[in-house]
Amino acid sequence: MTDISKNAGSTNAPGTAVGEPVLGRPAGGGEAFLDVRDLKVHFPTDDGLVKSVDGLSFQLERGKTLGIVGESGSGKSVTSLGIMGLHTAGQYGKRKARISGEIWLNGTELLSADPDHVRKLRGRDMAMIFQDPLSALHPYYTIGQQIVEAYRIHHDVDKKTAKRRAVEMLDRVGIPQPDKRVDSYPHEFSGGMRQRAMIAMSLVNNPELLIADEPTTALDVTVQAQILDLIRDLQKEFGSAVIVITHDLGVVAELADDILVMYGGRCVERGPAEKVFYEPRHPYTWGLLGSMPRLDREQQERLVPVKGSPPSLINLPSGCAFNPRCPYADIPKDDVTRTVRPELTEVGSRHWAACHMSQEQRERIWTEEIAPKL
Amino acid sequence: MLAYLIRRLIAAAVMLVVIIVVVFGIFFLIPKWAGIDPAANFVGKQADPAAIEAVRQKLGLAEPIHSQVWEFFKGIFAGRTYVGGGDVTNCAAPCFGYSFRTEQEIFPVLMDRFPVTLALALGAALLWLLLGVSAGVLSALKRGSIWDRGAMVIALGGVSLPIYFTGMVAAAIFIYGLGWIDGQFVPLEESFTGWLGGLILPWITLAFLYAAMYARITRATMLEVLGEDYIRTARAKGLAEKTVIGKHAMRSAMTPVLTMLGMDIGALIGGAILTETTFNLPGLGQAVLQAIRTQDLPVILGVVLITSIAVIVANLVVDVLYSAIDPRVRLA
Amino acid sequence: MTTHTTGRRKRALAAAAVVAALLSTAACGGGSDSTDKAGGTAKAAGFDAANNKVAQAELVAKGGELKFAGAQDADSWDTTRGYYGFMWNFARYYSRTLVTNTPAPGAEGAGITPDLATAAAEISDDGKTYKYTLRDGVTWEDGKPITSKDIKYGIERIWAQDVLSGGPVYLKDVLDPKGEYEGPYKDKDPEKLGLKAIETPDDKTIIFKLPEANSDFEEMLAMVSASPVRADKDTKAQYQLHPFSSGPYKFESYEPGKKLVLVRNDKWSQESDPVRKAYPDKVSVTFFSDANDMDQRLINGDYHLDVNQTGMSPQGRQTALQEHKGNLDNPVSGYIRYAVFPQSVAPFDDEHCRKAVIYGADHESLQTARGGPIAGGDIGTNMLPPSVPGAEGQKYDPFELAGANKKGNAEKAKEELEACGKPDGFKTRIAVRNNKPVEVATAESLQASLKKVGIEAEIDQYDGSQTSSIIGSPENVKKKGYGIIIMGWGPDFPSVQGYGLPLWHSDYILESGNNNYALIEDKEVDGLFDDYVKELDDAKKAEISTQINHKVMEGGYYLPFVFEKFINWRSPELANVYTSDGYSGMYDFVNLGLKK
Repeated sequence: MTDISKNAGSTNAPGTAVGEPVLGRPAGGGEAFLDVRDLKVHFPTDDGLVKSVDGLSFQLERGKTLGIVGESGSGKSVTSLGIMGLHTAGQYGKRKARISGEIWLNGTELLSADPDHVRKLRGRDMAMIFQDPLSALHPYYTIGQQIVEAYRIHHDVDKKTAKRRAVEMLDRVGIPQPDKRVDSYPHEFSGGMRQRAMIAMSLVNNPELLIADEPTTALDVTVQAQILDLIRDLQKEFGSAVIVITHDLGVVAELADDILVMYGGRCVERGPAEKVFYEPRHPYTWGLLGSMPRLDREQQERLVPVKGSPPSLINLPSGCAFNPRCPYADIPKDDVTRTVRPELTEVGSRHWAACHMSQEQRERIWTEEIAPKL
Repeated sequence: MLAYLIRRLIAAAVMLVVIIVVVFGIFFLIPKWAGIDPAANFVGKQADPAAIEAVRQKLGLAEPIHSQVWEFFKGIFAGRTYVGGGDVTNCAAPCFGYSFRTEQEIFPVLMDRFPVTLALALGAALLWLLLGVSAGVLSALKRGSIWDRGAMVIALGGVSLPIYFTGMVAAAIFIYGLGWIDGQFVPLEESFTGWLGGLILPWITLAFLYAAMYARITRATMLEVLGEDYIRTARAKGLAEKTVIGKHAMRSAMTPVLTMLGMDIGALIGGAILTETTFNLPGLGQAVLQAIRTQDLPVILGVVLITSIAVIVANLVVDVLYSAIDPRVRLA
Repeated sequence: MTTHTTGRRKRALAAAAVVAALLSTAACGGGSDSTDKAGGTAKAAGFDAANNKVAQAELVAKGGELKFAGAQDADSWDTTRGYYGFMWNFARYYSRTLVTNTPAPGAEGAGITPDLATAAAEISDDGKTYKYTLRDGVTWEDGKPITSKDIKYGIERIWAQDVLSGGPVYLKDVLDPKGEYEGPYKDKDPEKLGLKAIETPDDKTIIFKLPEANSDFEEMLAMVSASPVRADKDTKAQYQLHPFSSGPYKFESYEPGKKLVLVRNDKWSQESDPVRKAYPDKVSVTFFSDANDMDQRLINGDYHLDVNQTGMSPQGRQTALQEHKGNLDNPVSGYIRYAVFPQSVAPFDDEHCRKAVIYGADHESLQTARGGPIAGGDIGTNMLPPSVPGAEGQKYDPFELAGANKKGNAEKAKEELEACGKPDGFKTRIAVRNNKPVEVATAESLQASLKKVGIEAEIDQYDGSQTSSIIGSPENVKKKGYGIIIMGWGPDFPSVQGYGLPLWHSDYILESGNNNYALIEDKEVDGLFDDYVKELDDAKKAEISTQINHKVMEGGYYLPFVFEKFINWRSPELANVYTSDGYSGMYDFVNLGLKK
């Protein structure tokens, strides 16, 4: 499957084109609960067009969790905001984001839908947890006020009922004395409590899709595990589809059913979690696995970051965007890594990766050079 | 909240005492060092040394500075009696001093003039808040548009043009040119429309100056706030954009504006001299100007004190409002 | 970014141009408006129509509100304490005196005429006793008759300088030169009438007994400080807030610095008063903090005249001269603007060095700095105001300041410098008040012309509100090295005594509040003043005045700039308007009326 001509020209959503038995359904229009097709999010700037997301496709079903992994600037957060429709809402001035592609949520295409309709879906059908709960919560309103507001946008109930609901939710996410804490301000909460409150707020309307953008990055290690447990428990309880966005594979290791690795605004590897973890087929994924903190290793050994810095999203390296940082860039012949962009190709069951190296080369390098060091 | 308030009040009271002492120093010590005798200004062309001495005594200038300050403090709470020559002058509490130039107690004069300055400052503030904040928000939301650029050019003009210039232009157009209004101050008790007619131009002129500043600061903070995470959160909840802007963003964007407003109103009460002079408004600014011209030290002292109080009170109100807006402040 | 800034600047310039255009059109519009407004009923009387003559006397009607505007309130409305010229003029509305200035235009207005008195004083041959009889029917605002005791008490108040400071003290100096009387507030006499120099044998008779004769005594009695005050209505220092009226109008309300309103005193009767016509029903004064604003209001027709009577501000003056010349008068103010040379500061102890400055100065440019011939005045050639008896005006010009040496005479200046032993010139300092832009301009003009003859003068602007302690202290003047002081002076009453005594008599050199800046100690000058006060004959008095003036000029103590003139606004609605030398070229307030 190294033949580059095989998928040449089919820039259109390789995932859907190839067809995926579990993650997605045959092409045709949003049969999956969430179906993202060839999503592009570009930002015009003084220096040029920033292609934050450039042709991303994936599907997600209810009750399943997708982990989107990548470095900062890889386009993972932009993707989530794109799904939520937060690039168009609140865009003032001339420099608006340019978004194309299709996002199907439960049979509705969001990018072409009436913005007001999308607004009504936000918070009700799809909700989001942000990275830093301190800055994501309004400092001037109590936790209760903010949850009540979130609830009353979508439910025509009085404040009392809404507040009862808020207390209930705080209780559910494990905040002690919720009837008292409901009147506290965000700054009166600890980091973990804040994130719990944030989760309570996002789940207050029983959304079918929950996007958690780096939900634990700003938290202590011990609290991180608690929050991840909470998200997992809640997902089971509410049956929502969940997207967890992180730069840390460790976060999604136990949480995600599927994993999507992003680099330079594109998907470089995608597949079931166990596949991506145990049979990764992209050198970037290897790098990510190498930099994953492991509790059973000593500090100095466990962090092997990917060398070099993330690519410029304005002038992406030609060919494979990862080639300047890839230790194996010279393995494929004819300098193809630097001239031709690799397409996603199936490397296993429901498992895709975009690399010019042959399957065998990658398998060999993984088993012989990478895996033993991890 | 109450503890916070009490703390602020005590701080304000201490501030006031410090101001009184400093002001006294400025008015009574510095002329002494400069070798200027304030009493000499109170007698006529052919100064009689005995008369100068008597005036000096009556003004209390012969007393050491600390006892002058003490007498002044006592006067505020207990009233005061001035004895000099063959005359005894009573000054009822709260005695903020006595003008030997106009032979009036300072406090009633200040209380007579204070409402004018207050009306000027508050009316103008209302106007510039409306104008400045809405222009600033619109500019922020339409950043880079012709509207934004135009508004900011006008704002630049407003900030750079001095009040006596815009005031003169406004008077030349609306009073003497078009004759739409009479433009002479009438006390509120006499006629509401007359009062309005006398204050409308000063309001507009002042508001023009300040609205410009407020538009600029509102625009800047609005842009900053719109980039905050919690604004994104608000949108992610599914809030309508008008609520996002009008409630979530405005509340945050208004904090620096409120701080500025408190200081500006305070400063205006203390320093509306130019506006009051340009439009002949019988407020504190005009009183202090006349007092400076006639070297009427007690009046200057009184105005400085009353305006210091006004500034302190304005700041206190801002602090309280601020703490109402921003719960984090209450801890500080 | 560069295009941005230039774009912005262009826009700002365009905006400024638009505003300037608006301003000028609005000013014109305002002007024509007021003419129209006033023109319906009233026509402008013409330029200088009321200067030394009566304008529109036949058009006067009783009634209406005469509206004064003012940029400055009186120093005090208490008759004992006021020293401002306009206050003396205005006080005649609510206060009468035994004698007062003749209600007539020009020089005649400087004369004295009986007011409360039935006739001029019976003066004893030695000039030391003055006896007056009071008219019948003269009353206070509560209807009680004005008695000789009230007059005595009013005059006695001058002695209470510790309480009632600020006013002129001529009467005190003349009636009690040794300072024996302590004033009414410390008076042991039950009626508080302990002053020995004044006798009141009955309610209608008052006799003044002067220790030394003073030929200007009646002038002093004509000042408002000789007003009657009723002891039971005397509120001491606070009297100025509400003086008890003996004139045709009484205080209705007064808020210092804001507004003064007088209404008719219905107890006053026209028959008892040969001086006042009392045309309007109401007289009000509104105070402004900005002179430009006030002038604009005058031109706009909102007020009738300026109570301060010190001339319009440069901006208002320009508009008025261009568009409303017919509403202006250009009287001589009685003030002389000059530079004076303290003899304590070398080299001004040498008369030739003083004269070098006089010759070196460019008098035409000094006049221009003062405002030119109309707004500034004629070039001053000597030190006696033209309105004072004995004055010769420009006819007496010993240094040919308005003649051959108009533009300065460098040659003569050099000669004088040589004579004083400073052939290469010298350095000195000019002291000028910082709150009088015109004076600063004259100082600069003087500095420029002196530089040409080798005199380097540095200008020192001092705090103008502290004049009496900075310039009034000879010690300070010497310490600071003020060789040239820019000043001005006007007569308290139109006589050489009322003008020049404090300036030139050696007795008036004071440690503080000094006005004899030149420190003139000339026995001849002192002697002439002594002769003057003893001389009762008006013609001879005038002659002595002339001599004093000549003596002062010959000493070279002063460099006069101008015989000051100013431009005053006269509303077209005013009737019976005239300027009076008795009030330094101001309109005689008390007989102003409004047109029908």
